Amino acid sequence: MNIITPVLQARNISKIFPGVIALNEVNFNLLPGEIHGLMGENGAGKSTLIKCLTGVYSPDEGDVIYCDNRVFFSSPLESSKAGISTVYQEVNLIPTLSVAENICAGRQPLKKGIINWTFINAHAKELLAMLDVDIDVSASLSEYSTAIQQMVAIARGLDLEARVLILDEPTSSLDEEEARKLFAVIRKLKNDGMGIIFISHFLDQVYEICDRLTVLRNGEYIGEYEIGELSKHELIIKMLGKDLAQFEYRSSKNTVNKKSDKKTFYRVKGLSKRNGVLPFDLDLREGEVLGLGGLLGSGRTEIARLLFGIDKPTTGNASVWGLSGFIKNPKQAVDKSFGFCPEDRKVEGLIPDLTIRENIILALQVKHGLFKYLSVKKQKEIADMYIKLLKIKTPSSEVSVSKLSGGNQQKVIVARWLAANPKFLILDEPTRGIDVGAKVEIQKMILEFKDQGMSILFISSELDEVVRCSDRIAVLRDRHKIAELCGDDISSSTIMYTIANANTNASANTNANVSVNCNSGGQNEAEVES
Amino acid sequence: MKLKLNHESYKQIIGPLAAFLLILLFNYLFTPGFFDLEIKDGQLFGSIVDIFNRGAPVMIIALGMTLVYATGGIDLSVGSVMAISGAVAAFMIRPGYISGVLEYGTLPPVWQVILIPLIVAAIAGLWNGVLVTYLKIQPIIATLILMVAGRGIAQLITKGNIIIFRHENFEVLGSGNFLGLPVPVVMVIVIALLMHFLTRKTALGLFIEAVGSNPTASYFIGINSRRIKLLVYVFCGICAGFAGLIITADIKGADANNCGLWFELDAIAAVIIGGTVWGGRYTLAGTLLGALIIQSITTTILSRGIAPEQILVYKAIVVLSVTLIQSGNMRKMIVQLFNSKKKRVSSIANSGVVK
Repeated sequence: MNIITPVLQARNISKIFPGVIALNEVNFNLLPGEIHGLMGENGAGKSTLIKCLTGVYSPDEGDVIYCDNRVFFSSPLESSKAGISTVYQEVNLIPTLSVAENICAGRQPLKKGIINWTFINAHAKELLAMLDVDIDVSASLSEYSTAIQQMVAIARGLDLEARVLILDEPTSSLDEEEARKLFAVIRKLKNDGMGIIFISHFLDQVYEICDRLTVLRNGEYIGEYEIGELSKHELIIKMLGKDLAQFEYRSSKNTVNKKSDKKTFYRVKGLSKRNGVLPFDLDLREGEVLGLGGLLGSGRTEIARLLFGIDKPTTGNASVWGLSGFIKNPKQAVDKSFGFCPEDRKVEGLIPDLTIRENIILALQVKHGLFKYLSVKKQKEIADMYIKLLKIKTPSSEVSVSKLSGGNQQKVIVARWLAANPKFLILDEPTRGIDVGAKVEIQKMILEFKDQGMSILFISSELDEVVRCSDRIAVLRDRHKIAELCGDDISSSTIMYTIANANTNASANTNANVSVNCNSGGQNEAEVES
Repeated sequence: MKLKLNHESYKQIIGPLAAFLLILLFNYLFTPGFFDLEIKDGQLFGSIVDIFNRGAPVMIIALGMTLVYATGGIDLSVGSVMAISGAVAAFMIRPGYISGVLEYGTLPPVWQVILIPLIVAAIAGLWNGVLVTYLKIQPIIATLILMVAGRGIAQLITKGNIIIFRHENFEVLGSGNFLGLPVPVVMVIVIALLMHFLTRKTALGLFIEAVGSNPTASYFIGINSRRIKLLVYVFCGICAGFAGLIITADIKGADANNCGLWFELDAIAAVIIGGTVWGGRYTLAGTLLGALIIQSITTTILSRGIAPEQILVYKAIVVLSVTLIQSGNMRKMIVQLFNSKKKRVSSIANSGVVK
């Protein structure tokens, strides 16, 4: 076997931020024509390594070797010109520009100094077609869903001339079908000889697509492995530095609280929003985890937003704690001891200029009101407690929250709502972009808080997670609540079956409303309303 | 200022503090008599006192501007609001003047002469706030409306005259002294302390910063961002009204054309020099220092006998230098410049985007 020289190489790279050693003598070798998985927990240094490779940061020590040359990229623009395309974890697009403009921005082809629009639109359409996305590229980006936006971001990175493609969590907001399409494209690029760095928290996807893996832990280089020589279990041990068995938790809890004799505190009837979700009924009960099962775009987030008063419903009525009437805005929801952990942490969750401490206590402070200001000492106590509890990686609570890694930022937002001690908490994709260990921690916490009497609405793209945590699951399909499952019916296969089954119903009669009622005995009876 | 500084805000103001001390040092070395103080009629006099005294109106507007700026807004109308409040006060004292009647009539009590113009200024602020929060007009455009129209309103009140007046109790606001300090300086201290307690001892400051930094997330947490924005514009209006009263009381006349002219620019410069982030962290102490820097440049130039026309040029140089020092990108550029290991001209050109 002849030795192939790596196309992109990191040699003993170190990067130190104030108070944190983000990378400590890390090595990384990317061969042409391979898909290389970069694995590690939150804060392990994956994103920092990528940023060092692409010139966002300059490494404090060590060399970056690209095509046999030692290089110093001083900006992402330079590295992308040199042939390293990057799709970052957070979607960095401009919502008010058109899809085509977003794809070609910064490298518009010019014809005598004038932008060639025909070419741009055709080029954008061509790139998206590779991902099997067929949309109007001249429409503005904001008109499309997050999933489409993510595809656009990937299309933007898909420079066919590039020699290296870096994908940081490209599938985090894609559903299975979309991810599959993406993988097909990645494999094609790989066969063309492109070196691809793939970062994902979905182990299955990593094992499906990667050829080799590099594992980082706490900024340290752990090793480089052929995918065949490392089992999933071994990989997790390497990533965490300890055995997953420590994270075992009760998985049979669904049978414990099966009876639905719990009090309903929030009941909605026929709630709907135009272009959002079709009319649905929902009962939220005290001390219960209600899961929303369904594919991406099935109306999960829309329901959460309606329940929290962010969006105004078009039809329907509601009663909360015995009082009838909608929640009109988030302030009312917070006053009623509700909490909402939004899906898009960057836009809807984080306050980037504030410190971790301030971000954590903010919801609690809102609950206390303007004049009962928590003393800084008390704030610190609360923040430190949650930093410890959720294992947020930071030198202190006084660091600006924007300095944290994506997963740790997510934990800060979860901490914010836990600190406010709500009676009802909506968690929209709380584990998205979070490592395995923290995922289990958050799931464990959901169950603990439930036992203490908190009600939770749990939304996740990972069906297994929803199944594990929920006492009851509302199944959604195409913005339509099609069923409610509870007790022994809760399993991934039932949910998938229900979604698949509703398919025929929905095509026969779009208004068909199949619902499976949960009775106290756990018996189900199906009825069809029209 | 006896503002209690926690560790973080201390770090924030170290730049402007150094700049201010540098200007004072320059004067200590090169301007004879700059630090001389004397007591005349129980009041302190001297260039230093003058900086605080003359700088008081800008300091007061800049304090209000700080909060607006922190919410991600700006208020261009403060200069015009000053003119309005001054015109209202003068009109109340001498209502007949504009129609040629020189007699005063009964003098209104001083609390009325202060309170009513402030209410008018608050309404002006409310107008700005409503345009920005409820009609969602960009702050720079929304407040531009009142910046232009406000001076017109002030001229309507004075009918184009400069209303000169005497009202001993009211004049104290501009030229009186309290415990040896000029009253305007005392007012600055009172307003700064009041704001400090209102915003830093309640959650208001935190909410202002949250709304400025990420309005959507703040809304999702349940912060009423509209109400907070409305509040800061009203507050900014009141501050401008107050500054207008001080100037009017000092010159004993309301000049709708010139009262507060270009003050909005000084106030904005003071806020920026002070280190407040547009839409994010603010520092009241920094703003006060920023205003002092601007005023001390003016006083330095005047006391050195340089033509006053050149003041604006020197101001521009200082504002530019301080903001450049505070720019993170600028610092990065300088670090790269001195980093001989990676000294490459192109890298500087690429990272030279000034925020």
